[in-house]
Amino acid sequence: MEIPYTVAARPDTGLNNGKIGIWLFLASEVMLFGALFASYIMLRVGATDWHAMTRTEHGEMILNVPLAFTNTIVLISSSVTMVMAWASLMRNQLGRFRMYLGATVLLGCCFLVIKYFEYSAKFHHGLLPGKNTFLAIYFTMTGLHGLHVIGGMVANAYLLGPGSKLWHENPRWFTNRVENSGLFWHFVDLVWIFLFPILYLL
Amino acid sequence: MSDHAATDIDRHVRVYLIVFASLLVLTVVTVGVYELHLTPAAAVTVALLIATIKGSLVACYFMHLVSEKKLIFLVLALTVVFFFTLLFLPFVTSIKDHIGI
Repeated sequence: MEIPYTVAARPDTGLNNGKIGIWLFLASEVMLFGALFASYIMLRVGATDWHAMTRTEHGEMILNVPLAFTNTIVLISSSVTMVMAWASLMRNQLGRFRMYLGATVLLGCCFLVIKYFEYSAKFHHGLLPGKNTFLAIYFTMTGLHGLHVIGGMVANAYLLGPGSKLWHENPRWFTNRVENSGLFWHFVDLVWIFLFPILYLL
Repeated sequence: MSDHAATDIDRHVRVYLIVFASLLVLTVVTVGVYELHLTPAAAVTVALLIATIKGSLVACYFMHLVSEKKLIFLVLALTVVFFFTLLFLPFVTSIKDHIGI
């Protein structure tokens, strides 16, 4: 059975169904992260000494700002390579698409490797989620974000590998799938843009 | 693809690169402001303002919201309403507790 409106726009919405679907999904994701952002605000406002929870006994910040700064640059760069992958398909350049999407997946890996080193250092110093409220919200928010990075990488790796066969059968449909996967990836980048200052800098 | 569409994509790509450069600059500015050690209220305001500008650039250009259809905006408008309700509802209830209603 053929799925309707995968390529053509529905007359009533002016959009193909995939586009509507991904935006509704992203709306639900906003509420998921929104609940955590709201919890963060409440916990921070209600804490007796938030500053002490974010510092070592020598007064230094327990989170590594240079590593998080690097990860911000990595994720922003991956958003650019993602959108360039879509633009390459719009120009009928499958080779360039593979190069850009491959770079996006690699940058995603790079983000996770840096996060792994960050987490390892915290665990090594006994800074576990149960230690205080700040660390609990830090691990919950960055952990959930990390799971989203993995999810986005799986979708992109599929489109880079077996999923790319669709290009030869229906290039427009494949381009739409890449655009939708890109929308999710940019959302993941957008969440990090807010996580970076609220967890590391404030 | 027609020449017109190809030119259109070339224009898009130029915009993507400008947005990329802007995001890099704003990220450096965010960390630069942090090093200034402003008062907490000023630091929160500036950091959230810069993050909002960066987030808007990603949503408008990388996620193509500048040229999106009305239905998507309706979905997002509804999401924004629920998001801010979620964010501020606890404060409203705590104010009610303080004034005893």
